[in-house]
Amino acid sequence: MSLGPIKKVSGRGVPIIGDDIDTDRIIPARYLKCVTFDGIGEFVFYDERFNPDGSSKGHTIDNPKFKGANIILTGNNFGCGSSREHAPQSIKRAGFNAIIAESFAEIFFGNSLMLGIVCATMPKSEILEIVRIVEDKPEEVIDIDVEKKSLIIGGKVYNIEIKDSAQKAFLEGTYDSLGELMRNIELVKEFEKGLPYRF
Amino acid sequence: MGKNLFQKVWEKHEVYKLPGGRSQLFIGLHLIHEVTSPQAFSMLRELGLGVAFPDRTFATCDHIIPTDDIKRPFADPLAEEMMQAIEKNTKDFGIKFFSPETGYQGVVHIVGPEMGLTQPGITVACGDSHTATHGAFGAIAFGIGTSQVRDVLATQTMAINNFKVRKIFLKGKLGKAVYSKDIILNIIRKLGVNGGIGYAYEFAGDVIDKMSMEARMTICNMAIEGGARVGYINPDQTTYSYLKGKPYAPKGGDWDRMLNYWESIKSDSDATYDDVVELDINNLEPMVTWGINPEQCIGISENIPADDSNSVKEALEYMKLKPGQKMKGEKVDVVFIGSCTNGRLEDLREAARYLKGHRVAKGVKAFVVPGSYTIRKQAEAEGLHSIFIDAGFEWRLPGCSMCLAMNPDQLVGDQLSVSTSNRNFKGRQGSSTGRTVLASPVTAAASAVAGVISDPREVFSI
Ligand code: SF4
Repeated sequence: MSLGPIKKVSGRGVPIIGDDIDTDRIIPARYLKCVTFDGIGEFVFYDERFNPDGSSKGHTIDNPKFKGANIILTGNNFGCGSSREHAPQSIKRAGFNAIIAESFAEIFFGNSLMLGIVCATMPKSEILEIVRIVEDKPEEVIDIDVEKKSLIIGGKVYNIEIKDSAQKAFLEGTYDSLGELMRNIELVKEFEKGLPYRF
Repeated sequence: MGKNLFQKVWEKHEVYKLPGGRSQLFIGLHLIHEVTSPQAFSMLRELGLGVAFPDRTFATCDHIIPTDDIKRPFADPLAEEMMQAIEKNTKDFGIKFFSPETGYQGVVHIVGPEMGLTQPGITVACGDSHTATHGAFGAIAFGIGTSQVRDVLATQTMAINNFKVRKIFLKGKLGKAVYSKDIILNIIRKLGVNGGIGYAYEFAGDVIDKMSMEARMTICNMAIEGGARVGYINPDQTTYSYLKGKPYAPKGGDWDRMLNYWESIKSDSDATYDDVVELDINNLEPMVTWGINPEQCIGISENIPADDSNSVKEALEYMKLKPGQKMKGEKVDVVFIGSCTNGRLEDLREAARYLKGHRVAKGVKAFVVPGSYTIRKQAEAEGLHSIFIDAGFEWRLPGCSMCLAMNPDQLVGDQLSVSTSNRNFKGRQGSSTGRTVLASPVTAAASAVAGVISDPREVFSI
């Protein structure tokens, strides 16, 4: 299940400001009624972007100046709430492959890692600094270096935090864990025999 | 130095330390439902993989199932498609499916415990964030995403980082009409919605020791709302009495053998923790949320904060409330009693006990959704359904229902619901402008009777 290492993510940023942006906001439950993830990208942040009558609320994602952005800039506890992988799947399928936040909810972080979305944290003040840059100059390219744990925009270098185990998984291309787990399947079968319970 | 339950159970299930630092953890019990599993089965098929231990996975259908009419095909073709997918997947891969026809269908976190599958000292995973519920038995239970569901199906293991453990020690006694729901809301209020990130929460204290399994499940259920992916309570006699005789609980000699195991994985008296927090519950009141996450809650006689922080402003704007006002007296449109937080028999008994002889206020739509068929049948045997129906509640079939409103039970426009579920996120109950107030079943019942958010101690003269 190796999808290849991820060493760098480059592209433009879009601010999605706010704390505790939960998975119901990322993808409302009614769009979970599907047996595949295909096409789910369309519904990312749906209720934040559209009024009940379908008209636009003018969300930053739909702002033409941020069109084509692939890096989300956001706040604290991003992705809290449900374990639905539909959330990072919709983000990825909408074209985003990195998220910079103050912090991430845990299940969301793990789900994103599986999909190869680089989730990195920075202090609020620095995120806001970058937000100001992209608001002024949305075309300014952001370079995220997973190996160096750095982010460069407009010539300025910032330190970013990426969990060591996640960093390793990106660099080695093992962020989708199935390959690694399958490698030990014989060990798992032996292990199971020693477990004190079954059903 | 002693170890806590989390550390012991983790060690018993760690198959391998993966090179990147994560552990390959064996999952003793895997529970699946129709929303987060179909994509995982598709992935398996694409990769040509099978299910490694089909006897360790159990399925139910809860999120999309209608609670009024379950004639097939379902009225909603998408729901029907998902139902067919879980029927086919469980059949193809030899997985036990608690479908409605078996008489055991219900919300996944209710079915596991009542079938006796959830046991102390085991690891549980489920593609659902409220999996921590099973921690009430002293299991270590993880909510996982769909790719991890695939991993567990294919290998019965998952790659995961270890956790820190925070002991939350509750001091004091519960007041009148105050329940475990009020305790957990208070914990989240005190520690924050992200206070638990990276932690497993161990809940302890006299009040926990005295609690029923149902009440313990309500607490562990909402650990994730405080950011903690795992929450648990050490097993004791209450746990064992609950388990004894349940369909999948160990029997005969196995029972004694397992009892030894269960006793062995309890936190040692000199166990170490990464953090210990003491909370006093002596003056706790019935709690209600006023905002758009479960941390935004107050005691029923308190006032909403009047500060002008962005998060308060955003919440009050959405909830159409004013800073500094009380929640008490706010008009209620819908009352929902159900969900894996508070849809158990004890919750229904407690609400019915007080509802007896009362009527739901005019204009309020009130309904009860038992968490499972087992609960529904037992409640009917006790006559609880008549009490609810006489009071003006609708008596429904089991499912998640308006907890997340993937089925036809949904708020309309900016209706306000008092709900015994666990999330008051924007749009959670099916309308992008719908408003949710979380509360205990008895507070919900009182609010249904009064037609406005109410203090159950006043409405029911408790
Ligand atoms: S009742 Fe609600 S929280 Fe529980 S499993 Fe269903 S949707 Fe999730």
